[in-house]
Amino acid sequence: MTTTIDRPTGENAATRVISANDGANIIISHGDYNVVGTRPVRHDGVDKVTGRATYGGDTRLNGLLFGKVLRSPHAHARIVSIDTSKARALDGVHAVVTAADLPTAEDREIDLGEGGGNLKHMSDNILASDKVLYKGHAVAAVAAVNVHVAEAACKLIEVVYEALQAVVDLKDAIAPGATLIHPEITQKSLGKDTGIHSNITKHARHQLGDPDAAFAKADVIVERDFTTTMVHQGYIEPTNATAMWNQDGKITIWSSTQGAFAVRDSTAEILGVPVSRIKAIPQEIGGGFGGKINVYLEPLAALLSRESGRPVKLIMSRAEVFQATGPAPGSWSKIKFGATKAGHLVAMTADLYMESGAYPGSDTGAAMLCVFAPYKCDDMRVDGYDVLTNRPKTAAYRAPGAPQAAFASEQVIDELAEKLGMDPIEFRLLNAAHEGTRLVQGPLHKKVGGIEVLNATKEHAHYRAPLGTPSPSTKRGRGVAYGYWFNIGLASSVSISVNGDGSVTLIEGSTDIGGSRASIAMQAAEILGVRAEDVRPSVVDTDSVGYTGVTGGSRTTFATGLAAIEAARSVVTQMKARVAKVWSVAPDDVSYDHGSFHAGTHSMSFKEAAHHIEDTGGPITGTGNVDPQGHGGAFASIIVDVEVDVETGKTQILEWTIVQDAGKAIHPSYVEGQLQGASAQGIGWALSEEYFMNSKGEMANTSLLDYRLPTAFDVPMINTVIVEVPNPGHPFGVRGVGEASIVPPMAAVANAIHNAIGVRMHALPMNPGAVLHALGVI
Amino acid sequence: MVAVDAHSATKVVVEATINGQSVQFLAEPRQTLLECLRDVLSMTGTKEGCSDGNCGACNVVMDGRLVNSCLVLGVEANGQSITTIEGIAPVGGLHPLQTAFLEEAALQCGICTPGFIVSASELLKHNAHPSEDEVRFWLSGNLCRCTGYDKIVRAVMHASDIMRVGH
Amino acid sequence: MDNVEYVRPGSVSEAVALLAEKPGKARALAGGTDLLVQLKSGRRQIDRVVDVKGIPDLTEIRVNADGSVLIGAAVPCFKVYSHPAIIAGYPGVIDSVSIVGGIAIQGRASLGGNLCNGAPSGDTIPSMAAAGAVALIAGPSGSREVPVAEFCTGPGQTVLHPDELLVAIRLPAPRAHSASHYLRFIPRNEMDIAVAGAGAWVALDSHGVVTEARVFLTSVAPTPIGVPDAVKAVVGTRGEESALDAAAAAARAAAKPITDMRGTIAQRVHLSGVMTKRALAGAIARARGEHVPGAHEAHRVRTNGAAH
Repeated sequence: MTTTIDRPTGENAATRVISANDGANIIISHGDYNVVGTRPVRHDGVDKVTGRATYGGDTRLNGLLFGKVLRSPHAHARIVSIDTSKARALDGVHAVVTAADLPTAEDREIDLGEGGGNLKHMSDNILASDKVLYKGHAVAAVAAVNVHVAEAACKLIEVVYEALQAVVDLKDAIAPGATLIHPEITQKSLGKDTGIHSNITKHARHQLGDPDAAFAKADVIVERDFTTTMVHQGYIEPTNATAMWNQDGKITIWSSTQGAFAVRDSTAEILGVPVSRIKAIPQEIGGGFGGKINVYLEPLAALLSRESGRPVKLIMSRAEVFQATGPAPGSWSKIKFGATKAGHLVAMTADLYMESGAYPGSDTGAAMLCVFAPYKCDDMRVDGYDVLTNRPKTAAYRAPGAPQAAFASEQVIDELAEKLGMDPIEFRLLNAAHEGTRLVQGPLHKKVGGIEVLNATKEHAHYRAPLGTPSPSTKRGRGVAYGYWFNIGLASSVSISVNGDGSVTLIEGSTDIGGSRASIAMQAAEILGVRAEDVRPSVVDTDSVGYTGVTGGSRTTFATGLAAIEAARSVVTQMKARVAKVWSVAPDDVSYDHGSFHAGTHSMSFKEAAHHIEDTGGPITGTGNVDPQGHGGAFASIIVDVEVDVETGKTQILEWTIVQDAGKAIHPSYVEGQLQGASAQGIGWALSEEYFMNSKGEMANTSLLDYRLPTAFDVPMINTVIVEVPNPGHPFGVRGVGEASIVPPMAAVANAIHNAIGVRMHALPMNPGAVLHALGVI
Repeated sequence: MVAVDAHSATKVVVEATINGQSVQFLAEPRQTLLECLRDVLSMTGTKEGCSDGNCGACNVVMDGRLVNSCLVLGVEANGQSITTIEGIAPVGGLHPLQTAFLEEAALQCGICTPGFIVSASELLKHNAHPSEDEVRFWLSGNLCRCTGYDKIVRAVMHASDIMRVGH
Repeated sequence: MDNVEYVRPGSVSEAVALLAEKPGKARALAGGTDLLVQLKSGRRQIDRVVDVKGIPDLTEIRVNADGSVLIGAAVPCFKVYSHPAIIAGYPGVIDSVSIVGGIAIQGRASLGGNLCNGAPSGDTIPSMAAAGAVALIAGPSGSREVPVAEFCTGPGQTVLHPDELLVAIRLPAPRAHSASHYLRFIPRNEMDIAVAGAGAWVALDSHGVVTEARVFLTSVAPTPIGVPDAVKAVVGTRGEESALDAAAAAARAAAKPITDMRGTIAQRVHLSGVMTKRALAGAIARARGEHVPGAHEAHRVRTNGAAH
């Protein structure tokens, strides 16, 4: 479908950079729009601040049973036998299921947008069939009258394992002679099956020109390698699902998910039932960040419900969330960049190894599309390697793969700039990609705002501010970093109906993780010429709205917004026809602008027109169905000041500024919120978060005590600057904002630590022990 | 208080005042106050995030002090006065903190919000004019993964201004 | 969680009898911030929970005529750090109770519970030991007293018999020109278990010379440990850099830590020195009448005149 582009009236489509001189959050001009760019209270806000909103764990149903999952204590073992008889006999137990209750899954790929994978592997991950591949791998599930009985029943299930050698670390997994985690898989390299059995399941490459030869042109070359450990998205609401398998074969699922259609489709595949038998109802979601796209509990809840004849609710404990959902991969990146004396990048290569965990399919693909994307260079090559490890199957975490790659590449950029004696932002500006720059995978950058973001960063007061006096035994430093995320489109469907009082209801299928319900409603309101408050948005189930892709990939405000715009335009067209009837004129003679219909001397507001709907032909609904291709990539940059205590190795974040291109910030508060949240996640990823695993693949820190998310006392106020370089693919210029912001933080902190103490940190996390070690103190 | 036989799941009667109302409920000794609120009393505003006192999503006020309800047994609530998120707002209105959170966009997914509001309301009872650092220190037991805390801290400080001036 | 029986005695003797009935299978419940975590995770399995918060001796703070202070074993942290006598006389104890686990944990967690949990990383134990605190214990055969410094015998192990109850902790009357300070190293700024911590107490003469001192470390040995050689290093000095460095070296020599998910041996040995030096410096400054903020009062580091 085509979308007509509305240019903001009275202004060209030039960039607007909001002056960042005072360093505080910037308020964006409201000038051209009535609703877009304003900050109304979100429609679901009152329910959320009063505790009334229903999240997955709050689901209440008559006859509800409670489930628990029995999980493997071994990281790698063959299942010899499972005896569930004692569990079944326990008073209060209504159902026990194992992999035997799942249909035999086919060996084929299913696509969920920003998730999905091989069906056989997905099914096996739900309940292990012949082998367990990570500690925490589900082996059986129980439904009982309460969770305590269900837990006791799990303890009564007898599983005999034959332990196998666990391969826990990425470098061990690729070493010659490593135990094979999937001996049946042969490696695909550069599109061909190599016939090689390896824990590296896939090797892909993108190349432009001949970087190996081009290094000869470089005056300065920096070649370094870096590692990052596995981390978790850290959503505060544990993964959960409730299901009812009715006697008529219809299955209803209530869950905490980033996409009800993804739940429906993947659960249908895993259970071997047609999608028409499943209705997935998304509850409010308490954080996802990519980790709630794949299903972990929904098929289990459904199976338990089928056996017990009752609805069954499963909620993971925090320890289960860490061990049995989809964390972000650890990585090993080898980067080599070369530049001339004048500062031009002439050759760039990267080898990116990322673990996929227990099954194939990691984030290297996305990382490969982002690692060089901020820069212009004619000779580049990136090789990406997916590596199996005996850890939970990795999943998306907000710009999946790109942050790990940027931790490496942006430090090499920093070092090149330093060796050339150039300011780090000037060096990036000199080499910055822009519209028409060729990406390593072939296409050209479309209109993007990278240079504008860098200029706004350079001009920010933070960049000029003095570092200030360090506390005793500390050193201060400043670092910058820059990153890119491509954003995605995917399908969305919205329908709008007009109420007699001039308000409208808006039905959409994008689960609201960060305030998107409001921004979608605001886009409809803008087109309809009504206030944001006059739109009543609802996020509904898979029976009630057309197919809508996941809330992920920074697509929601863009794509579901487009669907809302299309639905709103349809409403306006229909309203014009009704108004024409009232005035006895031709519909083509009716115009609509600024909330008023006009024809000759007649005029009528939207509200007044709504009063006439009943008498002029009945209900008015408008639908928008989109699968847009016009998504626009986003750039983000960060300035951070740190203070490092050289006696303890501890790093404090003193000041943080993040600049990002949003295309158009529909609701600026929620765009700022994305930048700030991603910054805090980046700080945790940089300084304190890691999966602390022993050689047997057992995670020691499965609690939020020792898996250290930043607290309010660990981070400062986060200065945000929203740059608006409109995306031509959207009427208001929207670009996704949720992911670009997490690409640069760890590199920025590393560059700041280097500036403070003169040491390059090659591994994440850069926790106090690592810094002391880097300083040579221990 | 009635002592029960070991290993018996016999429930105990608990009488407490919750959000100003006298409440009576049955609890097994092993059920936490969090479980009792959510599953026995259907008060699901208080959330579970970690179950071991590290995230604050389960914050309630008991006997005038902020506590993690996941680390209090339901039976310990006997005779106590408890305030949950459901009791923060005056009837038909919102607490200034709730209004401030909405106006400052201090929530994204909202799962941590009840815990933060209960926690912040206690802060403002103890310290009507907290500095940014005092707010951050008090709230360090409430984890948020979405917002980076910036707008939450601003909302709390803004609410404290409003409450001091008495608007 | 497994089934438990819940009982709430009204007196020490009743509590002791309830514990004695189920030796090893009954446990006192004060704030529950350790016990409930252990019961829920299955790390500890008991039949009976004895809620001691209904016993006046365990829930009150009393200042005795001689100036010593009796803190009931189940008194929550927030009551300890709100008490004027403790604020005035035992700033090191205030440092500790103010940083245990965050505000909500402090609403319930107690000094007694921290001591009885016997973790090698207990935040309140070094400061109580440095203050010269004594544990008052009741059992079926009567009562006894054990210095807090000797209370813990191994990770999770204490001198308490299964049928005994910790009733209260007695802090000796504070002396003029004396003060204490507790500091711990954690990777974040709050909510963490100490990687290494040091509690120090010093007494000065009228010339500002250290006449007595006590130094205790946490998280660097199977139990919190005293460092007599650090004491020797500062007694007779005014706490000059060289004396403090010698105390730090003594701390490093005394530390016998393990490597675990919270820290390595090398890191903990090193931090023993750093924390000891800083804790002693703080105690000496306080003994001189200077204000030294505890970690809970220390502001997050701010830039000077940067982009604000």
